[in-house]
Order: sequence, then C-alpha cells, then structure tokens
Amino acid sequence: MAIIAETAPPAGALTNAADERVDHAFICDYVSNGAKVLDVGCEDGTLLSRLLKERAVDGRGIEISQRRVNECVARGLFVVQGDADADLKNYPDDAFDYVILSQTIQATKKPKEVVSELLRIGRKAIVSFPNFGHWRVRFSLLFTGRMPVTRTLPEPWYETQNIHFCTIRDFVMMVEELGAHVEAEAAFSSRGRRLEAVENLTLTNMFASQAVFVLCR
Amino acid sequence: MSVARISEKGKSRVVDAMIEGGGRSIEFGPDRPLRLDSGADLSPLTIAYQTYGRLNEARSNAVLICHALTGDQHAANTHPATGKPGWWDIMIGPGKPIDTDRFFVICSNVIGGCMGSTGPSSENPATGEPYALDLPVITVRDMVRAQAMLVDELGIETLFCVAGGSMGGMQVLQWAASYPQRVFSALPIATAAKHSAQNIAFHEVGRQAVMADPDWCGGNYLNEEQSPKKGLAVARMAAHITYLSETALHRKFGRNLQDRETLTFGFDADFQIESYLRYQGMTFVDRFDANSYLYLTRAMDYFDLVSDYDGNLANAFMGTETRFCLVSFTSDWLFPTEANRDIVHALNAAGAHVSFVEVETDRGHDAFLLDEPELFDTVRGFLTAAAKARGI
Repeated sequence: MAIIAETAPPAGALTNAADERVDHAFICDYVSNGAKVLDVGCEDGTLLSRLLKERAVDGRGIEISQRRVNECVARGLFVVQGDADADLKNYPDDAFDYVILSQTIQATKKPKEVVSELLRIGRKAIVSFPNFGHWRVRFSLLFTGRMPVTRTLPEPWYETQNIHFCTIRDFVMMVEELGAHVEAEAAFSSRGRRLEAVENLTLTNMFASQAVFVLCR
Repeated sequence: MSVARISEKGKSRVVDAMIEGGGRSIEFGPDRPLRLDSGADLSPLTIAYQTYGRLNEARSNAVLICHALTGDQHAANTHPATGKPGWWDIMIGPGKPIDTDRFFVICSNVIGGCMGSTGPSSENPATGEPYALDLPVITVRDMVRAQAMLVDELGIETLFCVAGGSMGGMQVLQWAASYPQRVFSALPIATAAKHSAQNIAFHEVGRQAVMADPDWCGGNYLNEEQSPKKGLAVARMAAHITYLSETALHRKFGRNLQDRETLTFGFDADFQIESYLRYQGMTFVDRFDANSYLYLTRAMDYFDLVSDYDGNLANAFMGTETRFCLVSFTSDWLFPTEANRDIVHALNAAGAHVSFVEVETDRGHDAFLLDEPELFDTVRGFLTAAAKARGI
C-alpha cells in the first residue's frame, strides 16, 4: 500500500496554487448573478457559500453526509440530506437555472441517469470530475499494474466511494448519447492551471487532471 | 384575575388578562366566534398563552411555538402545576437557540387543551356545565386558526418563525400552508403531513383505555365528580412507549429489577420499566384532562394535509416564500425520517427554500424535547440565518 502511495503520482490536486478549488473558481465565473442553483453533493457548502457571496444566487444543496448537512444548515444554507441517485426525481422540470455536480459523478450509482436528471431539473448542468485518462493514471496502470492511488483519490479500490471513474473522452461520449450539448468546457492540469486548446480531445484527455463541462439540452 | 387590556374590534370585545399561575389569557366575545372545520362555531373562545422576550418596534421578531399533544403554553417557564421547568426550557431562553434576547416568543395552549384555552372542560355557554363531549371535534387547522386570532390581537402581521415538534410540527405545516404570507420561516420537527395508520391505532388504544374506565362516566366525569385516572394513566403508559425506542429502553432499563433482588412471582412492578411507566401514567393524570386527551389525539388523527391539497402535498406550498428547516431523528418510529422526508420532497417540488437534518440518536420521538446538540446547532444556525435575512 505504502509503496503504491509513494510511487503512484497524483492525478492532480483539486486546488490551485492559491489553494482554491479550480472547478469552483470556474463555476463561480460561469454562473450568472441571482441564478437559481442546486449543488448536488455540496459537501460542507463551500461552493454554495461562495456562489451566494459572489453571485447572490438563490442556492440549494443536496448532501449525503448528515454531518455536512448540519454544517451547511448551521451556515445558513438550504441543504437537504439525500443523494443524487435517489432524490433528484423529486424535483420538478426546469426548477433551477444551474444544477451543479462537482467532483461527485464518480460516486454515483448511475451517472448517466443522474446527468439526465440534472438536465431535466436544470436548464444547464455543470459537471466537474477527475479525468482518469490523465497520462499519470495511464502510466501508473501500465507500469505498476494496479489501480492508481493518488493524493486526491487516496483510498485503495476496495474502499473508495468512487465507483464510476471516467475519462474526458468517456464523458463526452456519454453526453452525445444523452443528446445533450456542451455549452462550455474547461480542463485543468494537475497544478490547477487551465489548459488551452480543449478542442483537441486527445491531448486534453491526456494532460487534464480534471475537467468541468457546462451542458444544456 | 386582573383585566389588563380590553380592545374593541368592530362589534367584538376582546379581553386580554393576566391569569393565575403565570401567563395571559385572551377571550374573544360572542361576536368573534371561531368557525371550526366541523362547521360548528366555538364561542366564547379563550386562548391561554405565554410570552418570553420583547416584541421589537417593527413587530418583526415574533416566534410562535406550537406545543405537542400533552404540552402546553408553559414552554419556558416553571410549570404552575408540576413545578418543573417548561417543556422546551432547554431550547428557549436568553442565549439559547430560540434566543429570547433577540426574539419575542409566544406559546399558546391549543384549543381542545386543558391549560386555560377553550376545551372540553370549559363551560358550555348553552348549559352552564362543562362541555365534555359536547365540544365540537377540533382539528389542527382549527388550532391554527385560533392561534392566528391571537397573533392578530397581539398586533403581529408576520411571524418571524413558527416552530414545534410532533403535533406542534403539524401546526407549523398548517400555518405555512394556510398563511404563507404570515410565516417568514418554519421549523417543523419530528412530524408528518398526515397521521399514519399505526399512529391512529395507538391513539385509539389510548382513547379506549380512557373510555373503558368506569370513572369516565361517558365523558361526564366532571359533573359526576369523578376522574378516569386509571384509564388515562394506561393511555399515557402505552403512548409513552411510542415516544421512546427499543434501544433507549434497553439502555435505560434493560431487564433491571425495581428495588428487589429477585422476581416476586406476582404482578407487582418487578421490572424498572414497569415502575417507570406506572410513574409516568400517575403523574400525567394530575396535570391532564381525559377528555382533552380524546380531543387532541383525534385532531392528530384527522390531520392529513396531503388530502387537503388534492393528494399532492406540493400544492400546499406552491409559490411559498417561507424558509423551511425540517428535523427528524433516526430512532423515531412514531414520526420516522421518511415521513419528514416526504414533506421535504413536497417542498422541493414546490420550489421552496428547505433544509433537512436527520439527527442521529437512540432516544426516539422524545429526542426533540431533549438535550440533542445537533438539534440545537441546527435550530440556532437556521434562525440566525433567517434573522439576518429578516434584518433582525
């Protein structure tokens, strides 16, 4: 275990040099002022608080961990305990301007259905996820023959909550199958730098450690 | 009784006065009857209530506390009958989650109750005798209408928050559905949008226990100078079990024996749990009216906000601007998490602002009355954020 942890290189930190979640920064830039937003898997409410402060959004959250829900409520956020697989169906069509799934899709049981639900209840869906197509992941699998264990994904395969990893190419193909459109996308290096030329999928899929997609119907 | 204030509204006469044992009482004269769901009018109408803290100048900081089945208006003061602290003393007070340094807290005895508000032991103006079973059946919506009359009379247009657990939570939901403009935030705890078959069943057991007591006298025990204490105590014992959980009972009592080394081979209270329940039953009858117990359990049985809104609870809250926070407890089997979550789903469907917290505890339904830090943190966080939004 220890050997793997040391030798397996990180697929990328979620944060940039300023210790800021790069996907959060992108989402905050993207979301329009005063929008109605649902953050699915909102953790302790960091992104929601930021959107509230910077974008004055009408924000709600869903979070699976009761402890974190309580933290959110104590922060004055509107968050309900629930999970993406089970609870999205209770929301009506077009209930939100943006539905955000930030670093959560890989932990859902049925990612394709979840994204489809996001696009039903939100006019736009914003999905960020770690890219399993990153060259270090490929390298690690090729040379150690084992599932990568990284800084941001520290659990071994048998303990991880993350059950549905995908590459950027996989995600793009799923979006096509859903008949949805990519309105915007951003890819980030393992140092949290935004990659240019994201239209070259092969390169992006090789060098991005995480990606953010804005989808619409 | 000293009359403190008499106001004239239209033709009606309203008397607001201090009452013995603490608190106040407001009486609505014959010109201001309460039209009940049953179609009957209730008049005169008396509402006994308590307040804590001060109403601010903008009249924007009032919190209405709705009590549960066997609660009363003495939420945060020493109870005049038992001498014990108020039933939510732990939650309401200076610096507490419902902070009386900040909020003006009102708690009224529900109609149908027995602590000063009009109920089955009140005088029936038609006969000069206690109503007993001649009191029309009361519903949760009737209770809320009566509270709205009180709130009107106190000169409060919008309540900053309506809060309560169990039957109190039902009233909160009814307030939010009936008067969405008057409820800035709502805090229903350990409750349901409709009473379940299992809960109706338990209530029926309690009512049958009361009615099976010969001293109940067909409901006329006050005239007969009797008191169906045994029946009411049994009702309370059965109900009390439903407020706890198997784990909590096991933890507190197990199979421990009460003041004895061995079984007595008789029907004394050998076990601590028996002794505890007998005590709960005995002390309850000293402070509660048997007919009130019938009326209030009936009110809960009849509560069905879902059918009131054509089978779709979301209709009850469509377009609401009220901020909601719901709380349930993992070991509550009377108002389980699922029943609370159904309300959350309806609120989501209605596009409402809602938070939902499930508190992990083994203390069952009663947890909402107990020292549960997570509950306090939730209430404090929710109210603090709401107060900021309300500008208080």
